[in-house]
Amino acid sequence: MARMTMIEAVRSAMDVAMGRDEDVVVFGEDVGYFGGVFRCTQGLQAKYGKTRCFDTPINESGIVGTAIGMAAYGLKPCVEIQFADYMYPAYDQLTQEAARIRYRSNGDFTCPIVVRMPTGGGIFGGQTHSQSPEALFTHVCGLKVVVPSNPYDAKGLLIAAIEDPDPVMFLEPKRLYNGPFDGHHERPVTPWSKHSLGDVPDGYYSIPIGRAEVRRQGSAVTVIAYGTMVHVALAAAEDTGIDAEVIDLRSLLPLDLDAIVRSVSKTGRCVIVHEATLTSGFGGEIAALVQEHCFYHLEAPVMRVAGWDTPYPHAQEWDYFPGPARVGRALTDVMEA
Amino acid sequence: MVDTGHLSLHVPEPAVRPGGQPDFSNVKIARAGAVPRPNVDAPAEDIRDLAYSIIRVLNRDGEAVGPWAGLLSDDDLRTGLRHMMTLRAFDARMLMAQRQGKTSFYMQHLGEEAVSCAFRKALNKGDMNFPTYRQAGLLIADDYPMVEMMNQIYSNESDPLRGRQLPIMYSSKEHGFFTISGNLATQYVQAVGWAMASAIKNDSRIAAAWIGDGSTAESDFHSALVFASTYRAPVILNVVNNQWAISTFQGIARGGSGTFAARGLGFGIPALRVDGNDYLAVHAVACWAAERARRNLGPTLIEYVTYRVGAHSTSDDPSAYRPKTESEAWPLGDPVLRLKKHLILRGLWSEERHVQAEAEIADEVIAAQRKAEEHGTMHAGGRPSVRDIFEGVYAEMPPHLRRQRQKAGY
Repeated sequence: MARMTMIEAVRSAMDVAMGRDEDVVVFGEDVGYFGGVFRCTQGLQAKYGKTRCFDTPINESGIVGTAIGMAAYGLKPCVEIQFADYMYPAYDQLTQEAARIRYRSNGDFTCPIVVRMPTGGGIFGGQTHSQSPEALFTHVCGLKVVVPSNPYDAKGLLIAAIEDPDPVMFLEPKRLYNGPFDGHHERPVTPWSKHSLGDVPDGYYSIPIGRAEVRRQGSAVTVIAYGTMVHVALAAAEDTGIDAEVIDLRSLLPLDLDAIVRSVSKTGRCVIVHEATLTSGFGGEIAALVQEHCFYHLEAPVMRVAGWDTPYPHAQEWDYFPGPARVGRALTDVMEA
Repeated sequence: MVDTGHLSLHVPEPAVRPGGQPDFSNVKIARAGAVPRPNVDAPAEDIRDLAYSIIRVLNRDGEAVGPWAGLLSDDDLRTGLRHMMTLRAFDARMLMAQRQGKTSFYMQHLGEEAVSCAFRKALNKGDMNFPTYRQAGLLIADDYPMVEMMNQIYSNESDPLRGRQLPIMYSSKEHGFFTISGNLATQYVQAVGWAMASAIKNDSRIAAAWIGDGSTAESDFHSALVFASTYRAPVILNVVNNQWAISTFQGIARGGSGTFAARGLGFGIPALRVDGNDYLAVHAVACWAAERARRNLGPTLIEYVTYRVGAHSTSDDPSAYRPKTESEAWPLGDPVLRLKKHLILRGLWSEERHVQAEAEIADEVIAAQRKAEEHGTMHAGGRPSVRDIFEGVYAEMPPHLRRQRQKAGY
């Protein structure tokens, strides 16, 4: 067991996977010699050689397109898109190719790739380094979508993603890389070394994709969140004193509907939180499922707290970010409704 | 200050439109045998001319001439002719089946049979093609069962793809034929990735990428060439220039570049232009590129100069955008007739044997069709199950799909 940041945990996952399986290859922009702009692949080229961990041209459709070809050959590529905001040139390859190769060939060919990408704001990245495009992936049948909220999950889920027989979009909330950020940006940063989920086994373990985790037991209201917003939701419960049950989805597709239904049926109230823009966001899908499956348990309307329907601004980052104050207001509102 | 006047936008136009006299005087045709055959390790900059000329083996008289001739045995040549004739007969039959309502859609190869049939013979078992929708000769020339192709075209109960894919979007890993997407150009860069994987694993297998003249304009084409060039991937980058992208003439995609082959030169990729209606030339150039790839010398770009005689698909009517007689004016002739002439000239074939072969092939195609139709056609007889909609989206069916399948009643 070691204390790891999320960066170290992600790196450790790739290290373990590459050590166990020679077919695992890692590549992307600045990923090889330098080890990635967030240092997630640092040391992997030195350890496994430059044909298993290498730099690519700045060409996301090429990164994902070649990964698909390698997967068809029999390798297990785990590629990095430098920022989730840069994935759009690869979207064609992801949606029309990676997601459908198994289906359209009736299993003759498959596409076991992992596409890692730092996501979300909180680092003054402006509109091109802060996006959360998960709903653009959850709308695509054939993809799996994973968003970890801590180092322990990040490692176990990334190993599971690399071992998965289908394409997995692995969104890493970049604001969580170095600590469990709860949205109180004015306070000193807490490092992962001071958090129990920064305890990460050195060796192999995996966490099944598709299972949520209850981060805080509560009886008053269910807060459904993932990634950075898990920590924001916990802070909001603390700040308001409302006995919220906080569910960390971890995987959006497949979705752990049972965990959601179990909790909302118990609390009768539901607040959904994500950093991505509100309209047509993944929260809409959850809200629909909650009303479909928990309607007769609901004591208040389902509420959503999300990024505003605007581009992610630079200077006004903290007015955009759905921090603990906004989540707290939603908790108060839903309790009074 | 110089008076430069007003700007105006240049929009290229084909030489002739419907009603006009077909004119291919702009297509510069090299004499057969005139283009040299460089060593496979020649640097791209030393063989720039090959990207602007046309490598040809069969001359007007049907003789095989020049440095690219002499690779194929008599039996190989007769087999090649038979493959092209089979593909043509298969197409004719399936076009008719589409008109009879037995399937929704079809795409034929008329005039382009040599490209895929001859290319397949330059590959080994285990090599992988990433084809477009007009390379079924890769399957025919590898003896993939026609009945399986027809089952797929009919989307019947024996369709290997369970009714999920458009007709002719075949898939056969065993026959080195990657599942056709139906999207254009996306698979070009995937072929490069497959080839990179083969090199990463120190394997000996190579990949072949396929694209049409029109889709070279897609960014995936650029991606593929960058990656192939950077990592010297063992891949053959094929561009089939059949002059027409549905209704759009090749000049719209080519722009100011002299040829599509020349696109490779900027990437340092050796680029060759070949007579796509010449079975011997296609095969010889493909072998040259395959040897380069196998010797770890990297990628080769090949432009096949050919002509799409038929419509783009069964949903297209070319008389709306090009002269009806344009295909007759095409200066590189018909690939089947040219190889036939060569074989007859060499005493390896005759008009009688040709007629006889046509009859035999027609019987084979009809027999396959009959067998396929026993398993149903698009709108009659056996069809894939509704269950098949939900299977195979993932290796393991997630809960939400299980719920939806139950809702559908399966």
